[in-house]
Amino acid sequence: MDVNTLNTEISELLKAEIGENLLASELQYDFPVYTIKKAALLQTLSFLKNDAKTGFGFLTTLCGLHFPDKEEAEFGVMYQLHNLEKNLRIRIKVFMPKTELAVPSVTPLWPAANWMERQEYDFFGFEFTGHPDLRRILNMDEMNYFPLRKEYPLEDASRDDKSDKMFGR
Amino acid sequence: MNDVTKPDGQEPAKAYNILNLGPTHPATHGIFQNVLQMDGEMVMHAEPTIGYIHRAFEKLAEHRPYNQIAPITDRLNYCSSPINNMGWHMTVEKLIGCEVPKRADYMRVIIMELARIADHIICTTIIGQDTGATTGFLYFFQMREKIYEIYEEICGARLTTNVGRVGGMERDFSKTANDKLRIFLKEFPEFLKEFQSLIERNRIFMDRTIDCGPITAKRALEYGFTGPNLRAAGVDYDVRVANPYSRYQDFNFSIPIGTNGDTYDRFMVRIQEMWESLSIIRQAFEGLPEGPTHADVPEFYLPPKQDVYSKMEALIYHFKIVMGETDIPAGEVYHAVEGGNGELGFYLVSDGGRTPYRLHFRRPCFIYYQAYPEMITGGLLSDAILTMSSMNVIAGELDA
Repeated sequence: MDVNTLNTEISELLKAEIGENLLASELQYDFPVYTIKKAALLQTLSFLKNDAKTGFGFLTTLCGLHFPDKEEAEFGVMYQLHNLEKNLRIRIKVFMPKTELAVPSVTPLWPAANWMERQEYDFFGFEFTGHPDLRRILNMDEMNYFPLRKEYPLEDASRDDKSDKMFGR
Repeated sequence: MNDVTKPDGQEPAKAYNILNLGPTHPATHGIFQNVLQMDGEMVMHAEPTIGYIHRAFEKLAEHRPYNQIAPITDRLNYCSSPINNMGWHMTVEKLIGCEVPKRADYMRVIIMELARIADHIICTTIIGQDTGATTGFLYFFQMREKIYEIYEEICGARLTTNVGRVGGMERDFSKTANDKLRIFLKEFPEFLKEFQSLIERNRIFMDRTIDCGPITAKRALEYGFTGPNLRAAGVDYDVRVANPYSRYQDFNFSIPIGTNGDTYDRFMVRIQEMWESLSIIRQAFEGLPEGPTHADVPEFYLPPKQDVYSKMEALIYHFKIVMGETDIPAGEVYHAVEGGNGELGFYLVSDGGRTPYRLHFRRPCFIYYQAYPEMITGGLLSDAILTMSSMNVIAGELDA
């Protein structure tokens, strides 16, 4: 199945399932990308995972996004799903304002999401509600900032002996 | 001893021992800490701590021009750096819409499969080593040395290779490289066969590894397993077949799978994959077409040095590439390659700037290592060690 057919098919299925909550659908290179409302995230993902018509049973990856200039949608999370039987891949995105970083956890759907969500909490500060064990994973527990947010410089923010001028963006 | 019931019929309070396995323990082959709750020899609970060699690659990548990110990818799974390098180049090529010539693709396939063999040599011999079979480790590692010598001839480096460029390969294979490859193709089957016959039907090895750290296919999929570990559980998912890149569709190879998902199956899948990789290398090497080794993308591919000194355009492109001032389309792209441990994915968001806006690595180790506590609970401590080495957890990829 080529990506255009897949895109139309999944768009229609999602429209029927979540209606207004589907905000946008687009094609990014070989990936259909759907932006949905955060409130419908769990419903959408469990529909995509469990419904026989979709069957996206494999969570490839998820990661956080930060766009400081997009007002009221500064933070986002993207989920990449894979239908291993038919070999189809899609990407789901949710965006949220910086004041509401609570995202429903998908760990109950995929145990694989456990560490992925911990990682994105560690780097961006998303509050994954319903996560069994939301702690920092790669950084030290005492860290009091979220290093992948755009406002943090490349070097450790708690150090003042190094300047960032050589590698600045 | 904890199961002994007191004379008055009351169960004694369970007293578990806490055992710190790691962070630096010779049997973990890398820096991992596991706090194990032990009931005698039996693991009751495990709590892994990771991040000891975290180097913030995703943050670093947001501050580097595209061509300077390839050396970062070397240090993900450092046992098979060329696969990571090629995965990154292909991600950028997908973003800029660049078609790589056939010769370059075949050269890439050769070096990627060499890397897979090197990766699997490490994993399989380490499994042998941890069961007490030191011989395989010592003898078979000679072949890894041969592979590293080929790397050296192709790109000048041995471990962190930084091989290939956006658009193709940096140079053609030299005569020495071709000779060394030919010798490798001749010698490797004997070594692999010797190693395989030494270990695979060995009674001690089979007793130690069969039913050691098993995982079912269903559970493996839920945990996001990919690569040899998933295939050992019986799922034939391989990125090279599912989403062929670099003209893998030209080659004839099969995907070995296991049934039980235990240490023995993980070992056997890797051994069989080495045979398949060898066959792919042979097909690519024999069918290596003539032609250019890189695409015509002057904005991304460094011009020859003599042109830089004598031609204006070459000098301009050289300057722009080195300073990272090349324009790149905005967009987001995901590209995955079959790394030594599974699906290695690059999720790249570009805003058209000189550096990626966001780069996320899908590191297979990081995702499947979280199943480790579940796989070792209820087993013996010595099985926990074997399970870890058979999962081939590489610290560099785990911590990024």
